[in-house]
Amino acid sequence: MKALLGKKLGMTQVFIEGDRLVPVTVVELGPCVVTQVKTEQSDGYSAIQIGFEDIPERKANKPQKGHFAKHKLSLKRYLAEIRVDDSTGYQPGAMLTAGIFEAGERADVVGVSKGKGFQGVIKRHGFSGGPAGHGSHFHRSGGSIGAAATPSRVTKGTKMAGQMGNKRITSMNLEIVRVDPEQNIVLLKGAIPGAKGSLVMLKESRKSKKE
Amino acid sequence: MDIIESIERAQLRDDIPSFRAGDTVKVHYKVVEAGRERIQVFQGAVIKKQNGGIRETFTVRKMSFGVGVERTFPMHSPKVAKIEVLSRGKVRRAKLYYIREKIGKKARIKEKRF
Repeated sequence: MKALLGKKLGMTQVFIEGDRLVPVTVVELGPCVVTQVKTEQSDGYSAIQIGFEDIPERKANKPQKGHFAKHKLSLKRYLAEIRVDDSTGYQPGAMLTAGIFEAGERADVVGVSKGKGFQGVIKRHGFSGGPAGHGSHFHRSGGSIGAAATPSRVTKGTKMAGQMGNKRITSMNLEIVRVDPEQNIVLLKGAIPGAKGSLVMLKESRKSKKE
Repeated sequence: MDIIESIERAQLRDDIPSFRAGDTVKVHYKVVEAGRERIQVFQGAVIKKQNGGIRETFTVRKMSFGVGVERTFPMHSPKVAKIEVLSRGKVRRAKLYYIREKIGKKARIKEKRF
């Protein structure tokens, strides 16, 4: 599987296929460096660990410095492990750039959505709420959450008020509109989770139809 | 430069003449019909320009067989082949929506004299 770490930069619009103005999200993707290679012999499964974005030395603690010093790599802010079928082709220190993705390909994007705090059912689940006037007394609350003595419990997964956002979200099957490996820029059609500047992971799409 | 700004700026066209609401323009627009591309001309008065940057659009209004026709074009679309400014109008507003309610002589826009 191919995957890279990146940073959401924001959204804009681009003209494609002559005249179509499509909304795109600009992602600064990589360059990522392979920081560790896991093989069947060493770990029992094969995977690679990649690092993204340099940090100054004072930002890292001793265990982190030790991990990067093993292969004489610069210190990285983010690390992620990617399962691959065969990790023997990878060397620690190898660079992975946005060029591994192509325009026209589909990708999944993993990110942490914007936190909205503790929200009621109207904002969080789209409930309609009650009448505003005529002495209704029932405005924004959720209403009944189930029957009484039978089953004498609340069904699991019942939609109620609670924390909204700030949660790991995967946006699936997004079209890659443009790739610029020199600038490490990828344009994805549509929106992706997270705020500007937040960490995202771009993965090969799981659900798109293979040609 | 900011990357998003540079992406937008790269798409902006610099061959568009400057015009304002009230001006009469001739828009040469590329249309694909039966797999063949040809140029369609739309001539009328600009009644508004809105948004900015790559999202900028303008609306042209003309009378066609007694019926008002308005068409909105993206300013920087590659399909706009050419924009010709035929005359400058003397108007006091940026959005000429009032023109829609006027008929005959009142629907005219005075030409700007220099």
